[in-house]
Amino acid sequence: MACKSVAELKVLAAKARLGAVIGTYHAKSGHPGGSLSAADIFTYLYFNEMNVDPSNPQDPDRDRFVLSKGHCCPSMYAVMAMRGYFDWDELKKLRHIGAMLQGHPDMKSTPGVDMSSGSLGQGVSAACGMALAAKLDNKDYRVYTVLGDGECEEGQVWEAAMFASHNKLDNLVVIVDQNGLQIDGTVEEVGGIEPLDKKFESFGFEVAKIDGHNFDEIKAALDKAKTVKDKPFAILAKTVKGKGVSFMENQVGWHGKACNADELAVATKELEDEIARLEAEV
Amino acid sequence: MAEVVCKATRESFGMALCEMAKTNKDIVVLDADLAAATKTSIFQKEFPERFRDCGIAEGNMLGVAAGLAAAGKIPVAASFAMFATGRAYEQIRNSVAYPHLNVKIAGSHAGISTGEDGATHQCLEDIALMRTLPGMTVLNPADHYEMMEATKAALKLDGPVYIRLGRLAIDSFNDPETYKFELGKGITLHEGNDVAVIATGLVVNEARKAVEALEKEGINARLINIHTIKPIDREIIVKAAQECGQLITVEEHNVIGGLADAVCEVTSEECPVKVTRIGVYDRFGYSGPAWDLLEKFGLTETNIKKVIRETVK
Repeated sequence: MACKSVAELKVLAAKARLGAVIGTYHAKSGHPGGSLSAADIFTYLYFNEMNVDPSNPQDPDRDRFVLSKGHCCPSMYAVMAMRGYFDWDELKKLRHIGAMLQGHPDMKSTPGVDMSSGSLGQGVSAACGMALAAKLDNKDYRVYTVLGDGECEEGQVWEAAMFASHNKLDNLVVIVDQNGLQIDGTVEEVGGIEPLDKKFESFGFEVAKIDGHNFDEIKAALDKAKTVKDKPFAILAKTVKGKGVSFMENQVGWHGKACNADELAVATKELEDEIARLEAEV
Repeated sequence: MAEVVCKATRESFGMALCEMAKTNKDIVVLDADLAAATKTSIFQKEFPERFRDCGIAEGNMLGVAAGLAAAGKIPVAASFAMFATGRAYEQIRNSVAYPHLNVKIAGSHAGISTGEDGATHQCLEDIALMRTLPGMTVLNPADHYEMMEATKAALKLDGPVYIRLGRLAIDSFNDPETYKFELGKGITLHEGNDVAVIATGLVVNEARKAVEALEKEGINARLINIHTIKPIDREIIVKAAQECGQLITVEEHNVIGGLADAVCEVTSEECPVKVTRIGVYDRFGYSGPAWDLLEKFGLTETNIKKVIRETVK
């Protein structure tokens, strides 16, 4: 598939945000805040970065993606729907009984989901296992995982980080969606994870710090990751939680609740206007 | 009868891993700084390129195992039973069992027979923890020959398996010429209708000695070896309950959540009979030589005989 232009990516990401808002509205639950902060990262990964084929989601040579911050799946699902893994209307059944799209990613029910996740800290270890499998099998596929910054409070993240550098997993890219907020407050207040760049560096990672809403910076960091040998790569992507919906931006309260009908109308209007504006620029 | 081999089942496990790995290139072994103790060191020596020491980080090890399995490998993750199933319980639940990934979890130094290390290392809850996970197969082999075959069967099965290994060297009682391991099938080691003794793991041989000794006293006890705790052999248990009228379970595990409960779940639904439980009664262990501890906790021939006599009287 041909790569998308930055203008096209912006449209897709705005649509992914709309999908996340619609999906969680229909579910009457879910996590819009982090879904909106990570939407640009998901969009770039699925459309321009990863070697994946929605018509052959089990291809053994495909690149892998593990959403370690599994609760942010609504926008990932929206991106995957646009990429062709399943129908967009599945988003309206998100979290419903019998739905393909579970509240947290389920590799058994959703085509294209490479790992079940949702318990924070666990996805990054699974990503390490996949990257190790590629090394053992002499395959050149790459493994990407997205973590939350609050998630970096989990000890398992650092067990995995040690493992990744110890095993020279240069086919692994860890992206931290650094939106600065977690359930009980700001990450700074609750967990005190900084300095995160120095932590990853001291754990043996090559680190890039970027604006997680800037596609040129996302591309530059992921391109650089491919040039690093014998070390895993961490991208600390500064983002805005709730990005794209005015009343959700930087609001702790929008971590884990869905819009009501009135809020949905406002959010939809904002995002549809933005989509129209961005489409005019394509 | 073949020669009696005195070997810890952890060693038999290590040997079987090597044997299987010769023909199956997908087998990868992980350990958490206990390779010399769990005997994955046997595999490490022969297949260093397919062995990874994950360091003292069991949670990550189980997650790595899940990722390896998701990418088509057959990972075996080994540690002490306490840390493999206790420390990493939630990783096993969410990263291994929930997606039903092909991960083999080996828990060594299980039970009171871990000995001198004491309560922190004598895991008496591992079977209970693993048995509650949907889709998890739980194996507790009783001697060298059974462990060899059980390990091979576990590696051939596509799905998560927990296999319990012991530290203590124990005598074999199975005959490799005739022994056949069938996943989920109990084995009747001794016929009798006065009472049925249902045992698992290291204590099966103690139960065998007890049952054979009592035969000379005119007590005809049936002895069933349950190497697969899950899925349990319902048929053999119901038949024993119907034909013997009462059961005795023997296990080196808390009587809560282990073999005793697994048996009672079957009998209470299909054929309610009295079940007398021999095991560790809802308590922690303590330091001491393994055989002395087994004696103290009533898990040797002496106490098993006593309980059988009381039961049939």
